[in-house]
Amino acid sequence: MAEAEKREAIWIARDLSKCSGCRRCEVACSLFHEKRIWPEASRIRVFMLAPGIEFPHFCAQCEDYPCVEACPTKALSVSTETGAVLVDANTCIGCGKCIEACPGKIPHMHPTENRILICDLCGGNPQCVRVCQEGLWNVLMIVPRRAHSFKLYARTPEEITRDLAVKIFGEEGEHLL
Amino acid sequence: MIFGYAGKFLEVDLSTQNIKEVRFSDEVLMDYVGGRGLAAKVLWDRLGSRWETVDPLGPENLLLFLAGPLTGFFPGGRICVSGKSPQCNGVVGSTVGGEFGVDLRCAGYDGVIVVGEAEKPVYLFIKDGDVEIRDASRIWGMNAKQTVAFLTKECRELLKKRYPKKGEWREPSILYIGPAGENKVRTAVVAAKWSHAAGYGGYGAVMGAKKLKAVAVKGTGPLPEVADLEAVQRLMQDVCNNAYESELWRRWGTGAAGYDVGAKQSSEPVRNWQEEWHDERSFGVDQFENRVWVKSYWGDFGCPTTCLKLAVVRAGKFKGAITDNPDYELQAYLGTNLGIFTPEGNVYLASVIDDLGLCGIQTGNVLGFAAELFQRGILTKEDLDGIEPKWGKAEAFAALARKIAYREGVGSLLAEGTYRAALKIGELKGVDVMPYAVQVKGIGVGAHGIRSEKDYPEVYSYACSVQGGDHTSVAFMPLDEPRSEHIRVFDDSGVICFFNTFGIPRNLVFDFYKAVTGIELTKEEWVNIKAMKIIQLQRAMLLLGGPDLQWNPEIHDDNPLRFYEPLPSGPFKGKTVEKARVDEEKRKYYELVGWDERGIPKSDFLKRLGLDDVDKALEKLR
Ligand code: SF4
Ligand code: SF4
Ligand code: SF4
Repeated sequence: MAEAEKREAIWIARDLSKCSGCRRCEVACSLFHEKRIWPEASRIRVFMLAPGIEFPHFCAQCEDYPCVEACPTKALSVSTETGAVLVDANTCIGCGKCIEACPGKIPHMHPTENRILICDLCGGNPQCVRVCQEGLWNVLMIVPRRAHSFKLYARTPEEITRDLAVKIFGEEGEHLL
Repeated sequence: MIFGYAGKFLEVDLSTQNIKEVRFSDEVLMDYVGGRGLAAKVLWDRLGSRWETVDPLGPENLLLFLAGPLTGFFPGGRICVSGKSPQCNGVVGSTVGGEFGVDLRCAGYDGVIVVGEAEKPVYLFIKDGDVEIRDASRIWGMNAKQTVAFLTKECRELLKKRYPKKGEWREPSILYIGPAGENKVRTAVVAAKWSHAAGYGGYGAVMGAKKLKAVAVKGTGPLPEVADLEAVQRLMQDVCNNAYESELWRRWGTGAAGYDVGAKQSSEPVRNWQEEWHDERSFGVDQFENRVWVKSYWGDFGCPTTCLKLAVVRAGKFKGAITDNPDYELQAYLGTNLGIFTPEGNVYLASVIDDLGLCGIQTGNVLGFAAELFQRGILTKEDLDGIEPKWGKAEAFAALARKIAYREGVGSLLAEGTYRAALKIGELKGVDVMPYAVQVKGIGVGAHGIRSEKDYPEVYSYACSVQGGDHTSVAFMPLDEPRSEHIRVFDDSGVICFFNTFGIPRNLVFDFYKAVTGIELTKEEWVNIKAMKIIQLQRAMLLLGGPDLQWNPEIHDDNPLRFYEPLPSGPFKGKTVEKARVDEEKRKYYELVGWDERGIPKSDFLKRLGLDDVDKALEKLR
């Protein structure tokens, strides 16, 4: 695709505290990739470890891709076009080494197949962003991919929850988990 | 085969600990759909022959958690909770928002049927096909927030241990009860996500009677296969687009309408319905938005509207209180109805009610009733264990709510709900207090009055509803009008969120049903045949009632007495409802739904619908 090559690589900026918990991003992601509404097979998963503290958890495309490094079968690669982590389903043995390597423990196993799920940026046209924007929640936004420290966004659900709880509930947030 | 169903239902017997899968025939699913419709069918088939003797709080009652074929597809996730209601002794389809229905269907089940009664507190944990009855003695007694935190942690740890390679496990979806349900308070809810509740019906008490603290479910499969995925996606987009256009509704939630109800339409309960009007600047959602809302949009699975908000009191004596919006109903019932006109007091009381697992509407109704008796000197400070429920005193109402949830002292009396409490207080005091009980057939009337006739319910709407005072299911002519319970029963059976149907043509909902299930369904067929059957079943069980109370339609198909008093204030001052007109409308409604002049479903009408056994059972009432 000549046109796609010319396109600047993108990154999905995220403003987690505004997340409504609508999960339309999961619906869109799973419909796009699996042709089903399938929350557990969505590459973007909304965590709600406490009600009101919903946020989308998905790949941050770290600048040094620790998951790709960690894969013993080289099932993971970086798309030269989009910068997304690509999973070769045939090579992936479902060992979980990439999950361990990910600072945010973001990759997760496909619920029925022995392969890992990681956001592929929908080949450059992210469905989750489309629906999040459509609903004006604007948690997810497309920005050009620059040489930034995106790895800082790879955080575990617990870490994110802890901080958001205090941001949203104030002092009370410390006690709710 | 019908598309759109997981196909199986889980049946759990808490007495024997037996767990099995049950299925319903295609005919049953086509006729009764799911949720409320299927609940009526299952309850009738299993308990109908001895309905009057079944104690809603005994082991014989069934507790149903039923999704429908549209759950998860139609934007906005909900599930229907039902059983024999400890409020009206009939059947209420009580729905609650959240991810539970979706998670359950992804686990392979369209519903859970709970029978029997556990010996010790338990909770159910469902992970796809693995179903366990687990010990809940450590969480028995916990409030809403503690319960959710505990189960989220425990279930995630179990999942992590059992499936170590999966990666991070998300939380399961949880339905639970608070202390009020544990203590079999008739105004207790089955709740989700701290502040979401299946309130009408009082099923929290049924859950408590069964010693079932919670049901947690994690499903990892996809939603069931649909008949026409392309059509489903197109219709989903139509529903979303419609919702996105509704700025005020999205921004303010149901509170947006509430402002109109209180100030313009004059149909909001104020001080136990002594008034139905307040000045337009005194209490409205505009005061909540920037003062207490910390999240402007909050919603459940797939919802484009996200009409909920998250409220936190940041300063003052109620600092730290957390709840949702509150929505219009609770702004009214835990606000104006108790003379509370500040967002802080309202949020605080709602958070107390949430934590205790009480219903904001039913409890606000009984608290208002108690406060009016106090105002009139019928109940004294001594009667109320030293509490003085003066209008506007949020702390006093919170104290009384705690008494109710734990059935302490006077709380035990009020825990019976407004109608039963009124009977007892009348007896104790030798005064008829029924004029202050704003309820229909044991169910406190929702926060939409009829006296001004500017709001949506008609003068006969509550009197003839098969769900009593439930404002989400009112009788209405013509039967195919959006607000009619014949239409609303589809939403509760689908199971979908009514608020996401606002502004879309009704046919779209039936097109949606067809795209999911593959079954053609017209509005006419639904209203005249399928909904009609469900309504007749509900009516039959409501009239059979028992064991503690039975309704006589000649007396109880009526409005609360208060609605016959003239409005004392506001733009419709002096306006009231005339009994003769109510009776006339009632007769027309009876005729339309096939009830005889005494309100009993007619023999030939039932037979035409194929409900011969219902006809036979009603013989004794004729
Ligand atoms: S679509 Fe946006 S607002 Fe909705 S859950 Fe996803 S990230 Fe949150
Ligand atoms: S966020 Fe995790 S999955 Fe994504 S690139 Fe970084 S290490 Fe890999
Ligand atoms: S960009 Fe695409 S693959 Fe990645 S999370 Fe969003 S929808 Fe899923």
